This record gives sequence, C-alpha cells and structure tokens, in this order.
Amino acid sequence: MENVHIAKTEDLTKTYMMGEVNVQALRGVSIEFQQGDYVAIMGPSGCGKSTLLNLLGCLDRPTSGRYYLGEDDVSRLDDDALSTIRGTRIGFIFQSYNLIQQLTVLENIEVPLYYQGYRDAESRQLAEDLAGVVGLEQRLGHRPYELSGGQQQRVAIARALANDPLIILADEPTGNLDSASGAEIMDLFAELHELGKTLIVVTHEDEIGKRARRLIRLHDGQVEQDTRN
Amino acid sequence: MDKLSRTLATSRRPSQGRPHHPLAPVRLKGTVALGLKSLWNHRLRSLLTMLGIVFGVCSVIAMLAIGEGANYEVQEQIRQLGSNNIIIRSVKPVEEKKSTSEATYVVEYGLTYDDIDRIKTTIPSVEIKVPGRIMRKDVWRGAKRVDCDIYGTVPWYTEVNNHHVAYGRFFNRVELEEKANVCVIDEGTAETLFPLDAPIGATVHVGAQYYRVIGVMEPKSARAFQGDTESEQQNNGGGSGGHAAHTIFIPLTTAKERFGELLVEQQSGSRSYERVELHEVTAQVVRQEDVIETREIIAALLERHHKKQDYEIIVPLTLLRQAERTKQIFNVVLGGIAAISLLVGGIGIMNIMLASVTERTREIGIRRALGAKRKDIVVQFLVETVILAGVGGLIGVTLGISIPFFITHFAKMKTIITLWSPLTAFSISALVGVVFGLYPAFRAANMDPVEALRHE
Repeated sequence: MENVHIAKTEDLTKTYMMGEVNVQALRGVSIEFQQGDYVAIMGPSGCGKSTLLNLLGCLDRPTSGRYYLGEDDVSRLDDDALSTIRGTRIGFIFQSYNLIQQLTVLENIEVPLYYQGYRDAESRQLAEDLAGVVGLEQRLGHRPYELSGGQQQRVAIARALANDPLIILADEPTGNLDSASGAEIMDLFAELHELGKTLIVVTHEDEIGKRARRLIRLHDGQVEQDTRN
Repeated sequence: MDKLSRTLATSRRPSQGRPHHPLAPVRLKGTVALGLKSLWNHRLRSLLTMLGIVFGVCSVIAMLAIGEGANYEVQEQIRQLGSNNIIIRSVKPVEEKKSTSEATYVVEYGLTYDDIDRIKTTIPSVEIKVPGRIMRKDVWRGAKRVDCDIYGTVPWYTEVNNHHVAYGRFFNRVELEEKANVCVIDEGTAETLFPLDAPIGATVHVGAQYYRVIGVMEPKSARAFQGDTESEQQNNGGGSGGHAAHTIFIPLTTAKERFGELLVEQQSGSRSYERVELHEVTAQVVRQEDVIETREIIAALLERHHKKQDYEIIVPLTLLRQAERTKQIFNVVLGGIAAISLLVGGIGIMNIMLASVTERTREIGIRRALGAKRKDIVVQFLVETVILAGVGGLIGVTLGISIPFFITHFAKMKTIITLWSPLTAFSISALVGVVFGLYPAFRAANMDPVEALRHE
C-alpha cells in the first residue's frame, strides 16, 4: 500500500502574466505522492507553494507538465471535469476556514455532498456522523460566526472528509489559530494520517513540518529538498 | 477515530451514481431551497427588488381589467343599438337654428314618410324599419309628474332595437292600426309614478290625453338610446328640447293623431314651431356584411331628396368597429407600459443580483472548490432571480386581481379580468427573471475559483 502512487506531477510549470512580465511561479516540479502520505510543503513566500497547491487541488491548470490524480491525467481536463474531480477526490482545508457564513455547521459539511447528488437523508446522516468525528456533535445548528477558530477549522476538516477524497490539501491550516487550537488541529491531522488518509499540508511553520512524515522544500518554483523523517 | 473509518465505510457510495444536473427532479428541491434560503437571508433586499415586478404585473392586470370593462360597456351599448341596424335620425339643420327667434317661424326638417317608402322600394335587403317620433312632454299620474320622451313607434321596435319588455307587453299591430291610447313605460317612470302599486292597467296622462299602461320596459342605458355624443349634442339643440331621462312608448299612429306634426316649444316668452314627420328610423339589414354598403345607398337616396343636411345616419357596426380599434390602441399602449415597467423591474433584479454576486464571490469560490460546476453556480443564481420574479409576479397577480374588484365595488365601474391577462403577466415576469438573471449568473459562474477564494 505504501508504494501506490496516488498522485504524481511530471515537470509541472506555471507561468503567470503580470502585466508585461511573465512570472514563472513553478519551473518543473515532479513529485510523487503515495497513498497514506503525510507531506508538508514549505518554503519562503513567493516560492510557488500556493501555486502548487492550486494545481494539486485542480483549481488551476498547469502551463505545461502532467498531473496524475488516481489513474487519470487531470492536467488537461475541462472545467466541468475538474469540478467533479475536486468534488470527489480532493478535500480542501484553508487557512481562513472558508465556511459559508449563512449555512449551519451541518449544512457546511453537506456542501460537497450536495454537488455529488447525495439524497437529503443520506447526506444529513453522513454530515452528522462527520461532525461527531471532529467533536462538534453539539454544534450542528450553529453558524460559523458562533464558533471559535479551532471549531471552525474542525468543521472545515469534517467537510473535507465528506466525500472521502484521495488527498486532503491543507493551506496553512493553523495560520489563523492560537497555539492550543493549532495543536488540536495537528493532532486531528495525525489521527487522519494513522487512518491512512493522504495529507498534503502547505505551511511555513517548522513545528508542523516536523510532524509530517515527509518534508518538501520549494525554492524559486523548484523542489529544493524532499526528505522523509 | 475508529468512528471516522466506520462513518466513511458505511456511507460509501452516493446513492446517485453520478451528480445530477441541478435542475433534475432529484436535486430541484435542494436547489430551490438553497435559493429561498439565500433570499430569506436578505429579506428586505429581496422584498424591495420584487416590488418592481409586483407593481409592473399588478398595474398591467388592473389596467387591462378596467380597459376591458369600459370596452365591454361601450360594445354592449353599441350592440344594443343592433349591429345589423342603420339608424337614421332627424337633425335640425344648423342655419335654421339661428332663425328660431322669429316668433312665428315654423321650421320644417327631418325625415318624412316618403323617405321610408323610397328606402323600402329601392333597397330590398332592408328588412324592417322602425320609424319613431320623439316628443318631450310631462307625463302625469295624479299629482306625480315625470319629464319624459314620448316615443311614437311600431310594435316591432323591441325586436329590432334589442330592447325588450320587462313585464306586461308591448303594443301590437292592432293597437297600432286603431291608434289605441296605450303606452309602455320604462322602469324609472314606473318607479316614480307607481311607487306602491302595479303600473299595468293603470292610467297616465299627457296633457289631456289618457293612456293605459300595458307594459314596462327593461332598463336600457340612456347613452345607448341616444347613440354617440355628437348626435346627442345636435338633438339637444333641436326643437324637442333634447332627451329626457325617461321614455314612454306609444304607437306611432297614436302619436301622429294626438300630437300632429307640429311641435311647439315655448322659450321664455316666444314660441317656436317646428314640423318633423319622423325623428328616428331604424333600418335592419339582413346580412351584416351588407350594412356598410346599405348605408351608402341610403345616404345617396336621402341626399337626392333632402336639400339640407337635416338627418344623420348612425351605423352601430362602425361604432363597434371604432370601439374595437380604440381597444386595440389601448392594448398596444398598455402593452408598452407593461413592457417598460417589467423592463425596469428586470433591471432592478439584475442590479441587485450583480451586487449579490460580487458580495458572494467568496462563497462562489468555496462552492467551486468543493465540486460545484459552472452550471451549478448559474442555476443557483438563476433560481434566485426566477424566485424573485416569480413570487413578485404572484403577488402582482393577486393585487392586480383584487384592485379591479375594489374599483368595481367603490367606483361602480365595470371591470373584466380575462383569463389570459394574469397568465401572460405572470409568464412575462418569470421570463424577466430568467433574462435579467442570466448575466449575473454567468458572471458568477465564470469567476476563476482561485481568484474567488482570495476575494475578501
């Protein structure tokens, strides 16, 4: 199980037009991710972390190179297909939680299920169970603004788990949290890892980098270091 | 955490193999619920946005109902004159009016019995003619008095003019030939002269002449009886002193016998005399297609024998056509107003939806990241505009239907709500929702998810 490639990038590049100037955010990134990996991606700001994360999350398409997610090359798919891939194979966790403010905890967890055609009752049951998993069974009817940052991030984690994705992408998941809440979130990540979930965490905190099993350092749009600890 | 593996294990996989289109029946409920929820979160804004559509739809339906009602009344009045009829009336020539101040001058004008004979022999397609003489007199019963038009006519008046007896009967041919002293009074006269007892069989008198009441007519609006306003004015200037509010009918022969052809009118010290044989003749044409042609023939015929323009020809059919034409114009104007008001309402909706899209950029980004396709986003926003326009349309229809009801109740105006007017108004409002919702919806859907997620 360890050696199954769940995701693989081949010579991924991304070039943005910034006015008249072409900015090369990624200059040939090739990484393989195994099933059950717990990867931290680190690097100074402007090194291409976010760009890589957007590509891995199928929110954007590479300028060149290939990206395989599961069996499929997803680097050339159209917008609809990418949406489906995002909805079924990827779970997002953002720095600022990105919950929908008008929806309750339960409804926020249900959003990805809604787009995959779950029946109401099924999706409700699953969302309730997931809320229980992250310890929010008492908060189902609350709105995000009624919760603490740590609780909001746990809702986001439950939401990311809803479609049982191939990879979970986290972008500075503890960036907006105090150290205690941050530690709780990291504990949750560790548990997910133990369950065999594939986690890719973008961070600039060494503390988080150390807890991951694999550390990838990016510099100037290229992989500078790729180590396992 | 065992719980998680259990949770995920037991929940595999979605009952729906593939995601359905957001408008598929399975998902429609959820889609609409989402739209309603989002609108409910901005209640005041949604309400204000809807108002444009509400007033648009409501005013269209109300105006159409009033227009239909007014038009119906006009058409009904004209129809009562008979659409197969040609009405020829005596009109006092303009130049003659001025000389009435001469004390003993007798004005002679109008239709003659010869005219009728000529029309009868020349145009075989004219079936019946109802000649009539109109004199304005006071009708008495004891001490009660009513100012009446005394209308001398023939028994088939009722049939041709579509004006029937409410109870009792109209006079018959025998009574016409015998110059019988019988009369049929209208309802108003009956109410005034006979407030407590039945009028049939009782006696009324005009001057020294006594008449037995044999019937009471159905009400017929004064307007219809008089024809158009133009002729009304001309008749008001005539020797018979205009039309009274009430009418009693007597046989034409009786009228000729008792009142002669000389009408005397007293005007503050001076008397004027005028000689009119017939005041009104109704000619009925068998086929409606021939009405216009027949009118031309009658006009030519009368022109040859009348030196002065002392008659007028009224064709209810052309009045009807005019009324229909007026209604068409009215409908076009109304359609324009409706289009403009719904356009304004639509622009209002689009404006608000564009603001809403900008405001919810981040939500759009989140939804896209979590698997929403472009069409999911399009449908989400489109459903909101359609709900806004649809609910606005429904409220508008409700108001639009109740307003004419109040108008009828309080202003005593006839209003008619046709089935198609609320239907059309509602469909157009829903259409407006779709059309004006498309641009904001596509704008939302075409946002770059990365950009949208970064939006503050």
